[in-house]
Amino acid sequence: MKKWICALLATALSASLFTGCGNSDAGKNGEVYVFNWGEYIDPDTIKMFEEETGIKVVYDEFETNELMYPKVEAGASVYDVVCPSDYMIQKMLENDLLSELSFDNMPNAKQNIGAQYYEQAQEFDPGNKYCVPYCWGTVGILYNKTMVDEPVDSWAILWDEKYADNILMQDSVRDAFMVALKLNNYSMNTLDETELEIAKNALIEQKPLVQAYVIDEVRDKMIGGEAALGVIYSGEAIYTQRENPDLEYVVPKEGTNVWIDGWVIPKNASNKENAEKFIDFMCRGDIALMNFEYITYSTPNTAAQELIEDEDIRNSQIAFPDLSQYEGLETFRYLGEEGDSLYNDCWKKVKSE
Amino acid sequence: MNRKALSAPYLFWITAFIVIPLGMVLYYGLTDKTGAFTLENIIAIATAEHSKALWIAIKFSLESTVICLLLAYPLAMILAGMQISQHSFIVFIFILPMWMNFLLRTLAWQTLLEKSGVINNILGFLHLPALNIINTPAAIILGMVYNFLPFMVLPIYNSLTKIDPNVINAARDLGANSVQTFARITLPLSLPGVISGITMVFVPALTTFVISTLLGGSKILLIGNVIEQEFTQAGNWHLGSGLSIVLMLFILINMILTAIFDKDGEGNAL
Repeated sequence: MKKWICALLATALSASLFTGCGNSDAGKNGEVYVFNWGEYIDPDTIKMFEEETGIKVVYDEFETNELMYPKVEAGASVYDVVCPSDYMIQKMLENDLLSELSFDNMPNAKQNIGAQYYEQAQEFDPGNKYCVPYCWGTVGILYNKTMVDEPVDSWAILWDEKYADNILMQDSVRDAFMVALKLNNYSMNTLDETELEIAKNALIEQKPLVQAYVIDEVRDKMIGGEAALGVIYSGEAIYTQRENPDLEYVVPKEGTNVWIDGWVIPKNASNKENAEKFIDFMCRGDIALMNFEYITYSTPNTAAQELIEDEDIRNSQIAFPDLSQYEGLETFRYLGEEGDSLYNDCWKKVKSE
Repeated sequence: MNRKALSAPYLFWITAFIVIPLGMVLYYGLTDKTGAFTLENIIAIATAEHSKALWIAIKFSLESTVICLLLAYPLAMILAGMQISQHSFIVFIFILPMWMNFLLRTLAWQTLLEKSGVINNILGFLHLPALNIINTPAAIILGMVYNFLPFMVLPIYNSLTKIDPNVINAARDLGANSVQTFARITLPLSLPGVISGITMVFVPALTTFVISTLLGGSKILLIGNVIEQEFTQAGNWHLGSGLSIVLMLFILINMILTAIFDKDGEGNAL
């Protein structure tokens, strides 16, 4: 009996030694600490990066921009690469938390990312010095064709009493207010108190019709047929349609949020060189394609777009919409501390109604 | 000397994880962004949104405490009346769900209660009307009762098993019927357990924010949700701490009441 246990232990030990060997390459060239959205990368690409460069990736995830910001600001955990959204990049920039990128070290980032995306990124990163776009998209309405039999083309349908208890709203301040502001044809970056007041009252009026305020669960609830209409990011549209063909995604005619998430390097990063290698690796055509196929969020990587084999997806108006056909498109801007608390106060009033 | 050495880990623990965090809450709660002393964060409880959230939280936690008590007391009596071999098994069954993560169990309720969830599928199969309580106060109270019921059962059960059977026999010998025995012997003797059960249900129910988010669809804002959002979304730690201090006052009142009723501290021996 004892012999058996010894043999077992020996096998287990040697097995762990072997697995140890497999990774011994990673880490010989240092480490890179990455902070990204949840489920926002193909894990295989991280392994490939480690194998090719010998840099060990320490990977953490966050759920919202607002949760990410204090962690990077406090510097309690030092990250080398972070992937925030547009307005949060602007906030980090204004608060001097970002380090300028050396695009000479990142040929892929220079070549493969489409010029129009850099141009769009100018809105929050003037001169394109701090951010390499990673994903982009719109926010729209996902609806279930079996439950909605009229054409959906306006945010106003989210205020239709027919769909009471069948509507899912985003449980985040800026996204929720974007819907109400756009409905009234206001800018979603407004600081005008009367406009905000109107938007706030619209959201309060809508509240009895809303089934729930959720973030990530919109996806699963819509797939499960739990609700008829949901506000969702375009990147989830392809995935949800694949899981439930009854679902359809539209960008409302009043306009919406066009967002960009991009890689940035915080000022206090300790492995800046490795961080740039990581960003550049993610911009390689084949890697960006792997990520696109895994997360289904639109990639600004033109090299990857050309590599997409499925013609339907390559020409998909959902994955790669022609933005010129829409009106009222905007990108979130950081509104300053006072603007933030103005929005937060209004949101709290909506939620406590 | 030896004893002191033994208490060192505990002293370290309470300093690092109780005293210092409490000090930080007090510091943040009583200062503004510039670091100057202010009572504004505490007074903020008086605004309509905050006081409403606090009121709803108190109401829900009182309701779930009462429901827990009504469910737990008979159950504890049944358990205490059983033979040793049986009751340890039943208690085990009762504690078993607590081995699973509290978040997972609450998420499971979400799946059960959803419109096209498990319960409604079964009801639909039996041609019964659907149960639409997800994202309503009823679902939140259900979640509270479900999660905190063991905290009510166990202290009551504990204090019931401690009652000397001879006392009850004596009462019966002296002519008390079963109602009188219960009202004048069992109930008063089990009161310490009831009181500590009430605290152990009321306090977590008052401060929870997860249950209302998951089962209430974030539509009903409890004071716990307000505080959580001040920390995570709005990034206003000062206001969040100030409201936490107010909440702590309510818990303190509850504990003072407990201390008055439960002088022997018996019920706390869980």
